[in-house]
Amino acid sequence: MVQRRSLLDFLPHLVLLLGIFVLAFPVYVAFVASTWDAATIANGHMPLRPGPYFFENYYKLLFVGTSGSTREPVGGMMLNSLIMAVTIAVGKIAISLISAFAVVYFRFPFRMAAFWTIFVTLMLPVEVRIYPTYKIVADLHLLDTYAGLTIPLIASATATLLFRQFFMTVPDELVEASRIDGAGPMQFFFDTLLPLSITSIAAMFVIQFIYGWNQYLWPLLITTTDNMQTIVIGIKKMIVTQDALTEWQLAMATAILAMLPPVLVVIVMQKLFVKGLVETEK
Amino acid sequence: MNNVQLRKVGKVYAGGFEAVRQISIDIPDGAFCVLVGPSGCGKSTLLRMVAGLETITSGEVAIGDKVVNALDPSERDIAMVFQNYALYPHMSVYDNMAYGLRNRGTPKPEIETRVQEAARILEIGHLLDRKPRALSGGQRQRVAMGRAIVRKPRVFLFDEPLSNLDAKLRIQMRVEIKKLQRALGITSIYVTHDQLEAMTLADMLVVMNKGKVEQMGPPLALYEKPQTTFVAGFIGAPPMNLVEVPAGGMAGLTLAHPPQVGRFILGIRPEHFQLSSEDAGPSALVVELTLTAVEAVGSETFLYGAIGGAGREIIVRVPGKADIAIGTKLRAVADAHDLHFFHAETGDRLPD
Repeated sequence: MVQRRSLLDFLPHLVLLLGIFVLAFPVYVAFVASTWDAATIANGHMPLRPGPYFFENYYKLLFVGTSGSTREPVGGMMLNSLIMAVTIAVGKIAISLISAFAVVYFRFPFRMAAFWTIFVTLMLPVEVRIYPTYKIVADLHLLDTYAGLTIPLIASATATLLFRQFFMTVPDELVEASRIDGAGPMQFFFDTLLPLSITSIAAMFVIQFIYGWNQYLWPLLITTTDNMQTIVIGIKKMIVTQDALTEWQLAMATAILAMLPPVLVVIVMQKLFVKGLVETEK
Repeated sequence: MNNVQLRKVGKVYAGGFEAVRQISIDIPDGAFCVLVGPSGCGKSTLLRMVAGLETITSGEVAIGDKVVNALDPSERDIAMVFQNYALYPHMSVYDNMAYGLRNRGTPKPEIETRVQEAARILEIGHLLDRKPRALSGGQRQRVAMGRAIVRKPRVFLFDEPLSNLDAKLRIQMRVEIKKLQRALGITSIYVTHDQLEAMTLADMLVVMNKGKVEQMGPPLALYEKPQTTFVAGFIGAPPMNLVEVPAGGMAGLTLAHPPQVGRFILGIRPEHFQLSSEDAGPSALVVELTLTAVEAVGSETFLYGAIGGAGREIIVRVPGKADIAIGTKLRAVADAHDLHFFHAETGDRLPD
């Protein structure tokens, strides 16, 4: 009996450890690669322990830039990525909250039509409508601006749907109690609905921040100057070089740096995030 | 004067469903009016129309002689207690009670005084800093009451406020609501489907059915003289026995002075029967029963018996305990003033 139980305890742990190994090993290799010099990596016998070039590599990357491929230092790219990700996440949440509020709490003509129109855009991500979207942004002279980088990605049905579902679970009596307490619609929104949505907002922020941070195709199209590059594009540019040696130690360091902010956001917001996805208490 | 008048109030929903039909009720200042009826009878809709949460299709609602049809809920000077309490989950008890006052621009010290006073009356002073989720059902109920009384409204509206509580707490809160309403003297409208709650709370009882008022008046008047079979069956527990007696009379049931209408419905409450023996003197009503079931609740016993051995089953209440075997033949009698006669088709009370 005891043995059987310990075996049953052991198996899941084994599976979990295997899973962690499969997930974490490549990340570890990337980190190790970022701490050696180009020659060690290039000769094909890179050791699996961190090398002595950690500070040198990261300093060069953040403040000087690579010698050939990207020119700009990665610090600037990270700032661009951060601005893009935060703007997209905050913008999406703000617009989605208000549109979900309108769809759930107001009876206006073509309300359901409006809702379904929002819903249908789920099937039209940027990749599908890339040409017209590019044309509009170009005609508005928004190429190489933060506005051009973020606004087309802000319009989002997913967050609107999530908030709509959440609002629909808020008891009607709360609205009625607010009305009797003399609160107008916007006051109800700010005093009651928003505080109740905090956990959903946090969950949405995490998801949308990572979505924004990982954008590749759109920034690639819309940015032409080096100082508007995002870090995801930076990695790509470092790896594909025809006339120069790929500086793998810098590319790997960039990959590690690109991973950090999303991980930080998840860690900081984890508690709220999990609550937002599972909590039902109202 | 904080009287409430409903004048031919009607509600038709968008789909054409008529939830409330031409209801007129006049609730005097300070009265406790209870609307009672089965679910779907329109009582909650009517209450919500008084609150302003539901539009009024026809007729007028007046609070203190002022027609409020077009006013917002917040302008009607009412306070409402909801079935699920509807406390703001993210606000402390204090803030829950203060919210309505703040929205009205009441000065801070005044809010403080009023909330403290309400907390004292309801004995929730030690809970003011807590969030609703940290409270028990009964405490939430008190906070909901507190939120209503800090406003000092002209009218209290209660929408089945006790139905989420367990039976024991319900009885306790029922007594407290009644005491509180008496002490504050605020006109109240209370909706419930529980006839016992309705009987014990009401100064004025309104029995509703299918969007109409079946009967209204003091609770005991409705108990003693129900105007329809619906009221007769609704008020009292267990309900009044209603037996349809055909034109030629009924086997096992003897009436000394049956109404001269042919077919009719006879109503008699279980508690108005007495068991008697064969050789007792004549009675206004004599029923021969064969016992089919016995329910003993301690202080009293309910006997279920079939009239004439095989006819309709009726309930007879006897005080204390009764040790009678199933299948025993019984003889139950009742006095003339405890008998009710109703029209066989319409269910209306026949003139005495």
